[in-house]
Amino acid sequence: MSENKLNIKAEAKNLNFFYANGTKALKNVSLPVYENKITALIGPSGCGKSTFLRCFNRMHDLYPGNRYEGQILLHPDNTNVLGKGVDPIEVRMRISMVFQKPNPFPKSIYENVAYGLRVRGERSKSAVDDKVEEALKGASLWNEVKSRLQDLAFNLSGGQQQRLCIARALATDPEIMLFDEPTSALDPIATVNIEELMSGLKNKLSILVVTHNMQQAARISDYTAYMYLGEMIEFDATDKIFTNPSRKETEDYITGKFG
Amino acid sequence: MAITPLQDPPISKRLAKNIKRNFIERIIEIILLFAALAATFITLGIVYILVTEASGFFREVSVIEFLTSRQWSPLFEDAHYGILPLVSGTLTTSFVALMIAIPIGTIAAIYLSEFASHKTRESVKPILELLVGVPTVVFGYFTLLFVTPLLQKLNPDLPTFNMLGAGIVMGVMIIPYIASVAEDAMKAVPMHMREGSYAMGATKFQTAIRVVTPAATSGIIAAYILGISRAVGETMVVAIAAGQQPSFTFNPLEGAATITAYIVQVAMGDLPHGSLGYQSIFAAGMVLFLLTFLFNILGHMARKRFAERY
Repeated sequence: MSENKLNIKAEAKNLNFFYANGTKALKNVSLPVYENKITALIGPSGCGKSTFLRCFNRMHDLYPGNRYEGQILLHPDNTNVLGKGVDPIEVRMRISMVFQKPNPFPKSIYENVAYGLRVRGERSKSAVDDKVEEALKGASLWNEVKSRLQDLAFNLSGGQQQRLCIARALATDPEIMLFDEPTSALDPIATVNIEELMSGLKNKLSILVVTHNMQQAARISDYTAYMYLGEMIEFDATDKIFTNPSRKETEDYITGKFG
Repeated sequence: MAITPLQDPPISKRLAKNIKRNFIERIIEIILLFAALAATFITLGIVYILVTEASGFFREVSVIEFLTSRQWSPLFEDAHYGILPLVSGTLTTSFVALMIAIPIGTIAAIYLSEFASHKTRESVKPILELLVGVPTVVFGYFTLLFVTPLLQKLNPDLPTFNMLGAGIVMGVMIIPYIASVAEDAMKAVPMHMREGSYAMGATKFQTAIRVVTPAATSGIIAAYILGISRAVGETMVVAIAAGQQPSFTFNPLEGAATITAYIVQVAMGDLPHGSLGYQSIFAAGMVLFLLTFLFNILGHMARKRFAERY
């Protein structure tokens, strides 16, 4: 691995998170997200990895009563994503997200990809056309859909829908892309496609991915963080985590002794 | 050594067919079937009565006259049997009502489903649904004695019996139906769809208009169809406040009888059973039935076209 220039794109610092019912789901979690790298979050169900991911684009704001403590700094401008004066919509414009279940909108393929541009008020048809094509190419979907851009997105297969969601997230040139178990609803071939796609995307942006599939983390990520019961147990280069973890708990999990 | 022939092993008592249980299940199924068919039979019965009584009417009056004449005066000496004036009355009052109910009902649904806090929704919805419980005859007198005088202040030429006032009040009456059914449809849109929109940096309003509403189209259309059926079939408000005089006009500022108002008028009178006037209400009723049926079919087609597939 060539790591001559390693920049931190975002970092969580002493992050605590409380759900509306008072549950403390994250306990003092810190993590760097390196630029142009893929960072994987692994851990057993309920360990808080998705909760953690969803702090980065303030998804928890959608449900009243949730509360963050601590910081997530977005570089180079050093903005605290969780800051009181920070507009979550601005955050989401810089940090996009791909969900577990493909969730295209009830619109045409074209309009799905154009959605982010439309909500940003982009009016120029040629600009939207160009961006849509670029994003679909970036999500390796262009060749499959270029002749039927006006078809309803639901007519695509599950794997194609997920790539459409990636294209949708790409169209607005995000700095970071969050993936929440992006292949858990897909078949093995579609999974390979998405994994290859993610590996290619890191040239353009930084990726944080939650996966419950350890092999997937080993295949695609540069860095891996192991979480358990809302705590960050270990964070290191993926090779190190999977061959020589420093913590006993991490080793137990990756060797399948539990979880 | 003798080879024993292959035999079916004996069936233990526990695995044997349970005749008593199967019998009871069958009885229950038949009872359920009859309950399900009851509504169907009643509908078929209504259609049968409508058709037989109306056929007596059409033996005396040609279908052509019925559908083309612009005069409806079956109870007069110089009788005319053109349904158009009643249809125009029904369509005009319904149109006015829907112009009120569809926009307000839809906006209310969007507000309740997407913007209102849980607390607000739980207190606003019951109040909205209280409107449904008000007897329509109350709405009728409310129109005649309150809304129409108010409208007459704006337009002194407005007659006491007019379709505008009746249509407006009918619209208000229908708002809760549309709001409630449309809200249910929007609430049923899965959260992951909204999350997808918010994650793209959309606002609440953009999410409501661009994602949730299109996703709920089929249910929203169902709400509109319900509203249309209510408007076309509404009786007391129009009978009281829109006038009893059949007149072929689409101008809501005039008074005109609707199909339902005519049926009330005749049904409450003392026409002999079997007379042409008596049979005319079945012909009018059939038109009403077909009109509602037509809207329901259109609605069904539209719902299929927009069936949700999230």
